[in-house]
Amino acid sequence: MTAPTPTLVLACGALAREIGAIIAVNQFDHLTLHCLPATLHNHPDQIPAAVRAAIHKFRPTHPRIFLAYADCGTGGLLDRLLEEENIQRLPGAHCYAFFTGTERFAANGEQDMRSFFLTDFLARQFETLVIEPLGLDRHPELRDMYFCNYERVVYLAQTQDPTLDTAAENAAKRLNLAYERRQTGYGDLAPALSAI
Amino acid sequence: MSDAEINLAELDDAELVAQMHDDLYDGLKEEIEEGVRILLGRGWTPYRTLTEALVEGMRIVGEDFRDGILFVPEVLLSANAMKAGMAILRPLLVETGAPKIGKMVVGTVKGDIHDIGKNLVGMMLEGAGFEVVDLGVNTSVERFLAAIDEHKPEILGMSALLTTTMPYMKVVIQALKDKGIRDDLVVLVGGAPLNEEFAMSVGADAYCRDAAVAVETAQSFMKRRSNQAGLDAPKPA
Repeated sequence: MTAPTPTLVLACGALAREIGAIIAVNQFDHLTLHCLPATLHNHPDQIPAAVRAAIHKFRPTHPRIFLAYADCGTGGLLDRLLEEENIQRLPGAHCYAFFTGTERFAANGEQDMRSFFLTDFLARQFETLVIEPLGLDRHPELRDMYFCNYERVVYLAQTQDPTLDTAAENAAKRLNLAYERRQTGYGDLAPALSAI
Repeated sequence: MSDAEINLAELDDAELVAQMHDDLYDGLKEEIEEGVRILLGRGWTPYRTLTEALVEGMRIVGEDFRDGILFVPEVLLSANAMKAGMAILRPLLVETGAPKIGKMVVGTVKGDIHDIGKNLVGMMLEGAGFEVVDLGVNTSVERFLAAIDEHKPEILGMSALLTTTMPYMKVVIQALKDKGIRDDLVVLVGGAPLNEEFAMSVGADAYCRDAAVAVETAQSFMKRRSNQAGLDAPKPA
């Protein structure tokens, strides 16, 4: 049996824990993880340039790279870059889709249109990645301008962690939205990493 | 003297307008309402108040947003302040028959509920003299077509924030083609994941990366259309 090819997993910082856990549990010793800042989550327009820079930085030492990003709001620009660089990425439009399972997420379509999604990472970093960038810490009166079209917070839980359940539920209260928890586990993330 | 001590009523017109630009920039809703009432009380027309105090102030906000000096929360506060000023001026503008540059139907496409950018575009266009028919969010092709049929706009604006919903713009544009009305309208598209190339690929006339660009683009198309109409008009014998 041939050894798997060493591969650098270039990942969104919001997936660091999850990918680290999958690598550790499965003993994927051929995978090396490097994360880009999770704050790019709020600036999709900056993702392609940041990914391109990282690819060019790491390629001399890591000929094989896998990108642990979905489209992430780049409107196909990330895919064009990856085609040029001959690199694969995670399936789907965003992490909510691949954690749910991309097919199931697509099937939920209409029903989830008014859902604001949280993952373990976003529940943990709700203040830093949602409240502060939207200015709601300084201007809570803006809340309804941002969220008036949403009906509920859906927490896509990767793990079983009562602390995160509470954080997600509190986030829903803060946004004045209903709350729903869905246990997704790692969804399509684990199979995608296994296939590298 | 600190800002808190400024008495708007004591400022002359030029100082007051400059102060209103600052207040819009800072998103101070009550101050904008007060400033609008003072200018109207001094005999300014609603249209002049709108263009010189509010639209010009929002133009500065738009420029600084584009240049990365201001961010979305600050722009929303400015927009809120402008909206408050507009609420006072809108009925007066109707009464006084302020000039209308054109009409635009705008909506966020089906499957998408994000409307912050679309609302900013609507407000800025209204301030720039357009009549804006806002269809809201999750707008189906049928609703777009019905609104176009009813309101006969010169411009159609479509917005999407999701990579998964932006292809719906092509569905709407194809429906316009199927009805034979595509060339009667200027189609502008916008939204975070869009870009110029996508706009061209779905058959739109232009991609607008922010509200300020949307206003400039709409104005430019209306000017072109009006020049074209002038060229097409029968010449006197």
